[in-house]
Amino acid sequence: MHPVDNTHVTRLNGYESDARQHDYVDDLSRIDASDADQFLNVGVDTHETIRAGSFIQKDRSVIHCKTCQPGVEIMGISQASQTHDWLKNYIWKNIEPDKDEFTMRVQEMPHEGYFIRSLPGAKVSQPVQACLYIAKENFSQHVHNIVIVEEDSELHIITGCATAPHLVSGLHVGVSEFYVKKGGKLIFTMIHDWGEKVNVRPRTVTRVAEGGVIVSNYISLKPVGSLQMYPTTYLEGRGAVGRYNSILVAAAGTHMDVGSRIILEAPETRAEIISRAITTGGTIIARGDLVGKVAGIKAHLECKGLILNNGLMQAIPELSGYVPGVEMSHEAAVGKIDKREIEYLMARGLDEESAVSTIVRGFLNVDIEGLPPTLKQRLDQAIAETQKDMM
Amino acid sequence: MLLIEELGVEVGGKPILKNVNMHIPEGETHVLFGPNGSGKTSLMMTLMGFSGYQVTHGKITFKGEDITHLPIHERARMGIGISFQRPPTIHGLKTRDMVRMCSGDRPVDIEAMAAQVNFSQFLDRDVNHNFSGGEIKRSELLQLMAQSPDLVLLDEPESGVDLESIVMLGDTINTLLKRGIKRPVLRPHREIFQDRSKSALVITHTGHILDYITSDKGQVLYNGVMCCSRNAREILKWIREYGYEECVRCTL
Repeated sequence: MHPVDNTHVTRLNGYESDARQHDYVDDLSRIDASDADQFLNVGVDTHETIRAGSFIQKDRSVIHCKTCQPGVEIMGISQASQTHDWLKNYIWKNIEPDKDEFTMRVQEMPHEGYFIRSLPGAKVSQPVQACLYIAKENFSQHVHNIVIVEEDSELHIITGCATAPHLVSGLHVGVSEFYVKKGGKLIFTMIHDWGEKVNVRPRTVTRVAEGGVIVSNYISLKPVGSLQMYPTTYLEGRGAVGRYNSILVAAAGTHMDVGSRIILEAPETRAEIISRAITTGGTIIARGDLVGKVAGIKAHLECKGLILNNGLMQAIPELSGYVPGVEMSHEAAVGKIDKREIEYLMARGLDEESAVSTIVRGFLNVDIEGLPPTLKQRLDQAIAETQKDMM
Repeated sequence: MLLIEELGVEVGGKPILKNVNMHIPEGETHVLFGPNGSGKTSLMMTLMGFSGYQVTHGKITFKGEDITHLPIHERARMGIGISFQRPPTIHGLKTRDMVRMCSGDRPVDIEAMAAQVNFSQFLDRDVNHNFSGGEIKRSELLQLMAQSPDLVLLDEPESGVDLESIVMLGDTINTLLKRGIKRPVLRPHREIFQDRSKSALVITHTGHILDYITSDKGQVLYNGVMCCSRNAREILKWIREYGYEECVRCTL
């Protein structure tokens, strides 16, 4: 694998790892107005009417946690550990605590995180929303999240991560361990809206059993200091499916090193990684790694990048097939907008600016499964706003 | 409607059009003949204002206004519409949304228009993505119907179209140019005729489209020079019989 440059986080000890306890909020609509705005931007519905439940953490405090539908459990990780003795069989089982300096911080200085579990056979129709929020300046937030999709159950999760509007610097480290059991389905959508100097290091590993499905959508349109993640998924059971979509926009000053790795180790497993990235002055390293270990698997990787203004766009697709009979492919393209496309739209009456924004919107318009209409609207709006910054 | 005077155009530093003069009055459809590489498509691209087509001499006037150096979208908004031979694919943009954009602020019934060109099942596909030659033609015409331009530029509308679709294509073009005889049967021809304000310039290589649309005049472009101007069918017969060389001799 091409090396990861982690020099953006040079002074780990410079962060503060403690914050004051925030009060619990029973009614989400009575949350701080400035916080609520940030929550909305990352997909949190403060009315909770079309959600199966919510989990909201501010700095190190769980400030809201509620289950609105049967068949789903939502708790802070410490409460969950007390409630379920068996949870120890899931914690630190996908990821070694000493994997890197970031996972070590989570083990040494844990600050909660969520536990979300769908019960066997439960089809949780509405999404569960989770929000991890940094309000304290220079805080280093270390969360540990566990998601368990029990056999034949279905779970949608929308996670939003954001910082308070005034916040300048911070570090977010999230260790996430996801388990999709036999016949289960997890749709996991993560929206990031960090500050311009916030460093973000999610560490996620997913295991999918026979006939299980994981659909993971990652969206980051706003500036972030640095973001480095490489979520890994093991398709362990026959016929398991993994689909990863990411939409990335990097303005000047943003450094993103984002990829997905899927290891197909059971027969008839399928994997797809699709990424769309736009740099308007920042750096994007878009990775993808597919590993085929048995015959009869199918995997495809698609990585497209647009460079508007300047910036660096690096596409690093990797395919590794260990046996004959694997079917793996990739498609990567990096470039600017084709002038012919702009002029084609101009010939229909659009001025140059609208033509470019129409093309950009189309470029980012990946059909994302499991996105609620309100969130889709919000996303379209965010993309439209992003374009204004580009012009 | 359109007046071209002594137009000279270079592409990549190479002169393509040398001295083109043309006048298309309001309501007239002109047909442009010419062998491959004679500059027909370059002329259309220049009229629309595409980059890469450098006007070195002369002037283009549309509706009395000098448009020689206007940007593409302003010409489009003034009422010039073009159908492309090989338009680019726009990923993530649905044909339906493209058609809506073409209509500008005018209210249009996209479904009905799509049904008219037998294109309804393509509305939710990305613009031009994996479209066949005939599908591109229908898509382009659908966009033009929404745009409703006063001057339509059609580049080889019949190429790559099967015989069945060409009839429908001809009907659509006639509707677009308000030359159709099918639709408003209750109105006397005189009224329809008076209503005719749309003009067109149609490039054809084979002349087949003349079986389906009516034209007022034909012209031949040869080697970057306009060299014949008379009845379109007459020109076509001459070209079929004696080739383009004879047309050129005609003007000498």
